Amino acid sequence: MSPLLDIENLRVTFPTRQGEFEAVRGVSFTLGRERLGIVGESGSGKSMTGRAILRLIRPPGRIEADRMELDGRDMLGMSEKQMQGVRGQKISMVMQDPKFSLNPVMRIGEQIIEIYRFHTKAPRKAAWAKAIEMLEAVSIRDPERVMRAYPHEMSGGMGQRIMIAMMLVTEPEILIADEPTSALDVSVQSSVLTIIDKLVRERGMGLIFISHDLNLVASFCDRVLIMYAGRIVEVCEAGKLHEATHPYTRGLLNSLPRLDAPQHRLQALTRDPAWSLDPSVSGRK
Amino acid sequence: MAGPMQGQTWRDWLMTDTPTSRNHARASAFYHGWLTLRANHMAMIGLGILVFLLLVAAFAPVLSPHDPFVQDLAGRLRPPGTDHHLLGTDSLGRDILSRLIYGSRITLYIVTLVALIAPIAGLLVGTIAGYAGGWADAILMRLTDIFLAFPRLVLALAFVAALGAGIENAVLAISLTAWPPYARIARAETLTIRSSDFISAVKLQGAGPLRIITKHIWPLCISSLIVRVTLDMAGVILAAAGLGFLGLGAQPPSPEWGAMISEGRKFILDHWWVATMPGLAIFTVSLAFNLLGDGLRDVLDPKEGAG
Amino acid sequence: MSDLEFNDLNVWFGEDHDRVDAVRNASFTVPSGASFGLVGESGSGKSTILRALVGLIPTWSGSIRVGGVELGKKRARGFFKDVQMVFQDPYASLHPRHSVDAVLGETLKLHGFDDIDRRIGKLLADVGLGPAFRFRYPHQLSGGQRQRVAVARALAPEPSVLLLDEPTSALDVSVQAEVLNLLADLRQQRQLTYLMVSHNLAVVAHMCDEIAVMQNGEIVEVMGVKEMRALQPVHPYTRHLLESSMGYKPVEDLAAVK
Repeated sequence: MSPLLDIENLRVTFPTRQGEFEAVRGVSFTLGRERLGIVGESGSGKSMTGRAILRLIRPPGRIEADRMELDGRDMLGMSEKQMQGVRGQKISMVMQDPKFSLNPVMRIGEQIIEIYRFHTKAPRKAAWAKAIEMLEAVSIRDPERVMRAYPHEMSGGMGQRIMIAMMLVTEPEILIADEPTSALDVSVQSSVLTIIDKLVRERGMGLIFISHDLNLVASFCDRVLIMYAGRIVEVCEAGKLHEATHPYTRGLLNSLPRLDAPQHRLQALTRDPAWSLDPSVSGRK
Repeated sequence: MAGPMQGQTWRDWLMTDTPTSRNHARASAFYHGWLTLRANHMAMIGLGILVFLLLVAAFAPVLSPHDPFVQDLAGRLRPPGTDHHLLGTDSLGRDILSRLIYGSRITLYIVTLVALIAPIAGLLVGTIAGYAGGWADAILMRLTDIFLAFPRLVLALAFVAALGAGIENAVLAISLTAWPPYARIARAETLTIRSSDFISAVKLQGAGPLRIITKHIWPLCISSLIVRVTLDMAGVILAAAGLGFLGLGAQPPSPEWGAMISEGRKFILDHWWVATMPGLAIFTVSLAFNLLGDGLRDVLDPKEGAG
Repeated sequence: MSDLEFNDLNVWFGEDHDRVDAVRNASFTVPSGASFGLVGESGSGKSTILRALVGLIPTWSGSIRVGGVELGKKRARGFFKDVQMVFQDPYASLHPRHSVDAVLGETLKLHGFDDIDRRIGKLLADVGLGPAFRFRYPHQLSGGQRQRVAVARALAPEPSVLLLDEPTSALDVSVQAEVLNLLADLRQQRQLTYLMVSHNLAVVAHMCDEIAVMQNGEIVEVMGVKEMRALQPVHPYTRHLLESSMGYKPVEDLAAVK
């Protein structure tokens, strides 16, 4: 079965005063109808990878790849207009903080309708009905009230559910979630993740879950890519995280404090320069 | 300040990320700012024009081809390019180019005085109002509103009536009406800054309001004030020109550019150069300040390095 | 000598009908030399307790004692020699225009120390930063380095109590381990009393002996860390927090959650 997304040797470069800076260096992976996690710390290039897929990197930053295909169609060569047909329609992105990704001066209903009508040119009544349907799909109890409300009236968890509804209203094939639960309270995280899980399964979508939380990603995703300094250092199957072999992954796992295993001192990670020099591990299936 | 080591160029020393002393760190920060400004071509043009203005004002006696006050009634209203008068002569036969050159001194004088008085007064009022809050804030802000409501020309007229006409009174009138916007900017910035963690942290070291305002709040307000000042300079020059035009500022025979435009107004149809040349000078300097101010905003905006 | 005692602490914001009660009837004790954790989600009031303790919030009632001394509305200079705080966001707790040297120098000057130069060098060494960092500005430091500077600043007056407001929440996992180790070492070397606030149960369990769980401004449970590790909490909210921190598990009844 051909993959939804096929990426080979992705590179993202920024020119700076001190020379060229490569944020992403040779990342390769395929995405099928599965949940793929990308884990890394700040500066690992994980968020850049997500943005590069949607070609959201502004010049003078550059995106280069040997191959970047969606459903077999080349994405690198697409014009900006064609990309607009991809973003939000074929590939959607949910970001970290709904406070910053929802327009604060528009009612929620208007924002969802706007996105839907932009991509489908549907009449307003149909768009309204679809928006209500999506809000119900993310388990919002009173969708009519939410449609008329403004974003600041919503809690963090509600805001994120609304973001998910908004991003899935056009029924895309792939969802990229960039730290979707990092700004939320721990008790709300599980419900938001359950919603993402349910929707992705029901619709046969592919999910790219970007996060710094290794344990969370390992318990939620099917496959995990661990990134460091712009490269993939290891690929793990979900449940098998504790069998990881790369010293960086092991180092990350060992440096976390654990509730069930008291430690006198946490094992701090000693960085090996070889990790950023070694070639990127391929995440292709 | 030690300077570069053996084999290290000045550029390397300034671009280092491990400064070795306070002055080294300051020089490095200044150099980075300079590089950002230099990348902005428009801003460099503005800076160039202003440097040129400074040089012209400084070397006026050397550069000026004629005495700006000497009258030659036989040679009045000569067009540009005749008789060694590059920009022509005015209604009393005085060389316009020389008057422009000497007038640049007056322009600089006005601009410097206003730039010193208005933002500093605004900074003081705004930061104290913003930090203290309560009735101090209310009183200071109402004071600001009162001065904001004053029309500049009416105030200048009042000063002239009370103290006599002259450049200093014009500057005073302009400064007194120019400071309120700075107070508002400073107050708005102070309100944002004062709830920051770094302010809380220094309070926890026992710092009092004076130290917090002067050492912590002012350095952060100054950037936006500097940008605002450069952008306002154009308006200040025009205001001074307007006052000069009305006879409320510089008095004849002073070669202030606005007064020159006023004198040339009568002849604008047949002898356009008498009013147009000083007009172009004002335009050029105002534009230069605007371009520089725009560039400075990019340099001073404290958005660097978050994350 | 440096123990903390809170009795019936109420902290609120605003007046009359705008009043929001952030902390309600909080009572707990931190013995001298102990490490106590305040755990809860956002809005639980945990950070508010710290801020009321150091005098950043004037609207509180009840009793707060430090070393047996009852605190009033204002804090004396001497208080800050004893009690210091490390803030959560390393990007916000350092003045963007002050170098590390300026920050530490100012702190030492405010507390009346003389040999400022030598002390700055020692403070930087104590938190694991070399002299190369001394004249950098915050934007030239990483998150972990900034937090170390914040710790150095807190240690400058040689306090006996350190309040830690989510000290590693904004840091990467690998950096978190280093900073937590540093804090643990410092506590041991100087016999400090720690009051630590966090939403991360694993971090609190690692650093503290005893914890109080807060929900909506109230303390719902106080227990030793050993009981928590054995997953023996009594209060349903605590149990809920514990389960949530063990990784993802699908939620059955979605409509029930707000």
